[in-house]
Amino acid sequence: MKLGLAIEELHRSENHLARVLLAVSDRHKADHEVFYVARDIAGWSQRHVTELARVGGDFGLDLDPEPEGEPGILEKIQQATSDLFGRRPEPGLLLLADLRHVHREAAGVSLDWELLAQAAQGARKRELLALAERCHPDTLRQMRWANAKLKESATQALVS
Amino acid sequence: MPRIDRIAEPWGSRTPYGPGETWPVRVDSYLADGLTEDDVDRWAQSATILHSNGDGLDIAVKDDRIVGVRGRAVDRVNHGRLGPKDLYGWQANNSPDRLTKPLIRRDGELVETDWDTAMDAVAGRCRELLDEQGPSSIAFYTTGQLFLEEYYTLGLIAHGGIGTNHVDGNTRLCTATAAAALKETFACDGQPGSYTDIDHADVIALYGHNMAETQTVLWTRILDRLAGPNPPQVVCVDPRETPVARAATVHLAPRPGTNVMLMNALLHEIIGNGWVDRDYVDAHTVGFDELAKRVEDYPPEVAAEVCDVPVEDIRKAARIIGHARRLLSTVLQGFYQSHQATAAAVQVNNINVVRGMLGRPGCGILQMNGQPTAQNTREAGADGDLPAFRNWSNDSHIKDLARVWNVDPMDIPHYSPPTHAMQMFRYAEEGSIRFLYVTATNPAVSLPELARIRSILAQDRLFLVVQDIFLSETAQLADVVLPAATWGEKTGTFTNVDRTVHLSEKAVDPPGEARPDLDILIDFAHRLDLRDKDGEPLVKWSDPEGAFEGWKECSKGRPCDYSGLSYDKLRGGSGIQWPVTEEHPDGTEHIYVDGQFWAEPSYCESYGRDLVTGAPLDGTEYRALNPSGRAVLKAAGYLPPHELVSEEFPFQLITGRTLYHFHTRTKTARAPQLQAAAPEVWVEMAASDAGDRGWAEGDLLEIRTPRGRVEARLRISGIRPGVAFLPFHYGYWDQPGGDRPDGHGRAANELTLTDWDPCSKQPIFKTAAAAVTRLAAGDGPSAAPTTTGSRPVSADVPPTRGGTAAEAVEVLAQGGAR
Repeated sequence: MKLGLAIEELHRSENHLARVLLAVSDRHKADHEVFYVARDIAGWSQRHVTELARVGGDFGLDLDPEPEGEPGILEKIQQATSDLFGRRPEPGLLLLADLRHVHREAAGVSLDWELLAQAAQGARKRELLALAERCHPDTLRQMRWANAKLKESATQALVS
Repeated sequence: MPRIDRIAEPWGSRTPYGPGETWPVRVDSYLADGLTEDDVDRWAQSATILHSNGDGLDIAVKDDRIVGVRGRAVDRVNHGRLGPKDLYGWQANNSPDRLTKPLIRRDGELVETDWDTAMDAVAGRCRELLDEQGPSSIAFYTTGQLFLEEYYTLGLIAHGGIGTNHVDGNTRLCTATAAAALKETFACDGQPGSYTDIDHADVIALYGHNMAETQTVLWTRILDRLAGPNPPQVVCVDPRETPVARAATVHLAPRPGTNVMLMNALLHEIIGNGWVDRDYVDAHTVGFDELAKRVEDYPPEVAAEVCDVPVEDIRKAARIIGHARRLLSTVLQGFYQSHQATAAAVQVNNINVVRGMLGRPGCGILQMNGQPTAQNTREAGADGDLPAFRNWSNDSHIKDLARVWNVDPMDIPHYSPPTHAMQMFRYAEEGSIRFLYVTATNPAVSLPELARIRSILAQDRLFLVVQDIFLSETAQLADVVLPAATWGEKTGTFTNVDRTVHLSEKAVDPPGEARPDLDILIDFAHRLDLRDKDGEPLVKWSDPEGAFEGWKECSKGRPCDYSGLSYDKLRGGSGIQWPVTEEHPDGTEHIYVDGQFWAEPSYCESYGRDLVTGAPLDGTEYRALNPSGRAVLKAAGYLPPHELVSEEFPFQLITGRTLYHFHTRTKTARAPQLQAAAPEVWVEMAASDAGDRGWAEGDLLEIRTPRGRVEARLRISGIRPGVAFLPFHYGYWDQPGGDRPDGHGRAANELTLTDWDPCSKQPIFKTAAAAVTRLAAGDGPSAAPTTTGSRPVSADVPPTRGGTAAEAVEVLAQGGAR
C-alpha cells in the first residue's frame, strides 16, 4: 500500500500552499483584501498540515505537525516594499501572476486530496476518508478565491 | 401648546400602547424665532433626512425661507413624531457657509467661477481620459443622502453611458452588509420586516444596533410598547451601555470582533434545544443540516470565554429568542462595521428563518440602514449593483437592462463584481483611476486611515470633483467644487429601511447659484454627449418626475417594483411601502409571506458569496444549491480579528456615533442646539480601566494606533472594560487645519485600519488595537452628552440640556389616527 506516500505528498503540498499564500500576502500588503484573506486561508492549509501529521502516525509516518514557519525578515522587507511601491501600476500585473500561481498550487493540492480520498475508500480507511472530506472543501474554496480575485482584478490591470 | 426640551428629552413623552394596538399619534414640531403655525406661509411635504428612519414631515416656509418642521400625523412611519436632528437640523440649510458658486482650482487655490467653466472642466477632463485610457480611469463615489431620481440617473450615466464598473456610494460604510446579508440568505436585497412589527412583537432583539440614537423615532415606538401593557422582552448585543442596553431584558456586551462566535452560540442553543420550526425549515430552506453541524462546535461555554460574556446570559438570551412567538430582529453597525460582518449578520437572518419568524405581523428582520436614502443607492444602482436588484452575473438581466436603457448589453460592464469604494481608492492610489466624481459625501473624514485617504485625494494625477452643499474637508482637496441644492430645495423621492417611499417636495429655492444634483448630472451627461444606440440622448428626462417615471419602467417586475406609484399618489397622505403594483396598489407591508422568496435562480439578484473569502458563486453552483428559490441557511466559522491587542496597543478601539450628530457634522454642527449638545470629540472608557490608571472624567488623553493619534477628553461610561470608544463625527472643517489636523488629530478615522469584510466589502471600524495615555488632568467633565450611550457613571457631570432655544412643541392626539 502506498497510502503513506499520498499522505506525505499532501503534507508537503499543503505546507507549500500555505507558504505560497503567505508570500502572496506579504507581496501585496498594499492590496488589503489580498493581504488579509490570503493569510486567513493560509491558516486552512496549516490546519491541514497538522491534521495530516496526526493521521500520518497511524501509517508509520513521522511528519512535523507544526506548519512551516511564519514569514521571516525577507517577507517583512517585501511587506515594506509593497507599501512603498503601492503608488505604481506594476503591482497589478504582479498580483495577476501571483493569483495564477496560487490557483495552480491549490489545484495540485485539490488533486492530491482526490487521490487520498480514492485510496482511503479503496483501503476502507474511514478516518482518512473523513479527513479528506473535511479538508478538501477548504482547498476548493482557496482555488475559487484565487480564480474570483483574478477575474475581478484582471480588467483594471490589463486595460489601464 | 405643551413645550418640551428635546435635547434633554430626545424621545419626548410616552404614549403607551399594547400589543396589536395602533401606536398613538403625537405631533412634534419646532418653529424658529418664536413663530407659530399661524405665521407660516406654506408647508411642503417631505420626510426626514438626517438618519434612515424616513419619518414623514412638513417643512414650514415663511418669506421664502425654511423656518421649521412638523411631523406628519398621517404617516405610517412616525405617526407625527420627529427626532432631535429633524427638529433642529434644518437650520443648516440657511447657513451662511453654504456653497453658492462653483469653484475651480487655479494655481493651487480654489477660486470662484461660473457654471459653464466648471462643467466644461469636469466634462472635458472626463472625455480626455475616456479617449486616452477608457472607462477604467473614471470613478463615481456617491452617498446615501441624494434622492432616488439622482441615483438612477447617476447609475445610467456611469454604467450605461460611460461604461465604468467603478461606481459606489458611502453606503459601503453604512449598509453594504445589510444588503450583502440579505443577498446571502434570500438571494436578494429588500427588507423582510416592517416597522409595524414593533406593534406586535413579543421579543425584539437588537444586534449591534443602538436604535435609541440612530433611529430615535423607531426607538420611541419601542419605548411606548415598553411603557404599555404586555411589553416585549428586549435582547441587546452591544459592548457599550447604550439606552437600548439599559432597557433590555438581557444585555450581552461581547468583546469587539467576536460577533460570529456569539451568534453561533445562540444558534447552538436554539437548534440544540429544538426551538426550531421544522415544518418551515423543511418546506422553505436549504442548508439546515450544515448549519446545525457547524454550530455544534460553538457551545455557550466556548463563546463565553472568547466573547467574555457570562454563560448564563448567553443561555438566557437564547431562551428568550427561542421562546418568542413574534420575533423582530434588527441589526446595525456593531455588526456591519465589525470583523466578519456579513457572516455575523447572516446568523441573525438564520435565527428568524429557523424559527419560521418571517412574513407576518411581529415577525421580521430589519437589516438597518444608516442614511436616509441608502436604500435607494442600493435599489437604483448607485452602489455599483445594477438597478432594481438585477443580477450582474445573469446575462438575461443585463439584456433586459440594455432594453430599458436602449444600449448594447456589451456597453454595461458586468464582467466582474462592481468595484467597491475601498478598491476604487486603491486604484486611485496606484494611479489607474484618474477621475473621481464625489457627490454629497466626505471621505476625507469618514473613510478609515485618513492619512492614506488624504494622500490619495490630494494627488495631482487624480482629477477630483466634489459636489456638495458645504466646503467639506474633501471639497477642500478638489479640483472642481460644484454647489448643490439639498433637501427642501429640490424635489425627489426616497425610501427608508422598511421600504416606505416618501415624496420630498421643493420648499424654497437653493442659495445663490447652487443647483439640484439631478440638474448637474444631466448637464454632465449632455456635455459628454452620451447617447443610446439609436443616437438619441441617453438620459431621456429633464426633471425629477421624468426620472421617476423612467425608474418605474426599470423597476417593473423586479422585487422593488415602483410601477404602481406616482408623485400624485405620494402627495397628501402617508409614505407607501414597495412593491407597489397594479395588484398591490397600496403597497406591501410584509414580503416573504408563506415562505415565498425572490431567490429563484433566474430571478434572484445574487448567487451569493463565500463568507470568508468573498468569492462569488456562479450561476451553476447556485442552481445546484438552491434550484427552487428557498431561503439559504449559511453557516460560518469564527475567525479571530486581524488586529489583536498587544502589550504596546492594549485597548480595543471602536468608533461610532451620537444621537445629536450625523456623519461628519456638516449639517448638524451648523444647527446650534445640536452642536451645543455634543460640541467636541470625547473618548469613552470603563471605570475600571480609568481607575487602574488613576485617570478621571475630563482628563485629556491621547489615543494612538500605528496609523495616527487623536486627542480627546475622557468620559467614564458604562462601556465594557478593555474597550475605548471614539465618535467618528469630528473632523477639521471648523478647526484651523481645515482639511487635516493642525497639530493633534481629532477624527477617529486617523486611527482605524484599512481592512474590510471580504463579502460585503464594508470597512471595519470596530476592531483596531490602540494605546491610550494621559496628556493632562482635566479641569472639568468632557463634553460628551449625558442622555445617551455616553452617559457618565459619575453623578457630578451636569446633564445635557438644550434650554429655551430647544423647546419644541409636542401635541398628543386624543384617540388614535391610523
